[in-house]
Amino acid sequence: MSPREQQPSARARWTDDEVDQFLGNLLRAGVFIATIVVAAGGILYLARHGFEVADRRVFRGEPDELRSIAGIIRGTFAGRAPAIVQLGLLLLIATPVARVALSLVAFVLQRDRVYVIVTTIVLALLVFSLTGGVPG
Amino acid sequence: MSVLLFTGLATVGAFSAGLLGALTGLGGGIIIVPMLTLLFHVDLRYAIGASLVSVIATSSGAAAAYVKEGYTNVRVGMLLEIATTCGAIGGAYLAGQIGTRAIAVIFSVVLLYSAYRSTKPLAEHVTHEHAHPLAIKLRLNSTYPTPHGLQDYAVKAVPAGFSLMFLAGILSGLLGIGSGALKVLAMDQIMHLPFKVSTTTSNFMIGVTAAASAGIYLARGYIDPGTALPVMLGVLAGALVGARVLSGAHTPTLRRLFSIVVVVLALEMLYKGLRGGV
Repeated sequence: MSPREQQPSARARWTDDEVDQFLGNLLRAGVFIATIVVAAGGILYLARHGFEVADRRVFRGEPDELRSIAGIIRGTFAGRAPAIVQLGLLLLIATPVARVALSLVAFVLQRDRVYVIVTTIVLALLVFSLTGGVPG
Repeated sequence: MSVLLFTGLATVGAFSAGLLGALTGLGGGIIIVPMLTLLFHVDLRYAIGASLVSVIATSSGAAAAYVKEGYTNVRVGMLLEIATTCGAIGGAYLAGQIGTRAIAVIFSVVLLYSAYRSTKPLAEHVTHEHAHPLAIKLRLNSTYPTPHGLQDYAVKAVPAGFSLMFLAGILSGLLGIGSGALKVLAMDQIMHLPFKVSTTTSNFMIGVTAAASAGIYLARGYIDPGTALPVMLGVLAGALVGARVLSGAHTPTLRRLFSIVVVVLALEMLYKGLRGGV
């Protein structure tokens, strides 16, 4: 293979840059939305529980409501502050996953078969982990 | 301590960690866990959960700025993410199996290594020839902007870099850190990527790696909203302010100060891990 052919064409490079810009904005938007949700839940949490004793020396594990996607959504609709903070954290965790998913779409559009496979593996690993596929 | 006081103090602590991390370029994630466990007596598992979340926030927040500069090698990042996410899932699994004392000892060793590493400047080895055969096959070689225009670079030792990334993933999942130092080491020292490319690509990967283990930590009940709240908001605010004050400038005095803090925390963590009480 000549060095010329190793380089993506000018057209593909332009597309790469476009994709990068979009992904950068997506990441920033994800962090921004997550921060707003965490801060809103946090204000509610401090208003309701601010004068309770904070003791995290002993590990108890979070209740089921704060451990699963379904539980967090249920708690948020019930207006419980810890669940709202947890929803924000979940959105934050989902941000890089969304980035990988969109990279996959970009590689599919570019017909880059090798990187479609690579990105699918990464996405599968993330989904496997987020859906509780790993025994604790 | 009341919830209000804890939240306030932890926010200030996390802000300082984020600020120092951004100013020194060493990342604040590594001192969050020792700070929470040693200063605020937070259980190690809650501390690791909160730290992981803050790592995702700073990495994703910074990536937006980096991506615009056009240094990130998305193909190298995506390929190595297979290794880091596998490692992160393994590390998070391991964290549930081995005791907190063992985690504390491993943590202190990583802290000491990071402090040592930060005092030794690394040399850049960029060339445009002798790429690894896999680098050609997987189209990893690319270009990066320099003052003299676009410069080609060839990627070396792909399997060795991939293996080291697996280790970086394990440490990230086990300790709730970004493992940025190890990722940069693998990319610029072993795979011979230019500094600017390895730093930004590493940042690009950190969020994905941390998300892989954060899912497991969440399901296991290690992510406590009351702990993660001040840590995430504090670190993120500190990192944003730090990036604005001094973008990328080298500050030797601050670096030395940060290294001393890291060494002190490492020794205390080691002592607690060996004696029990973590």
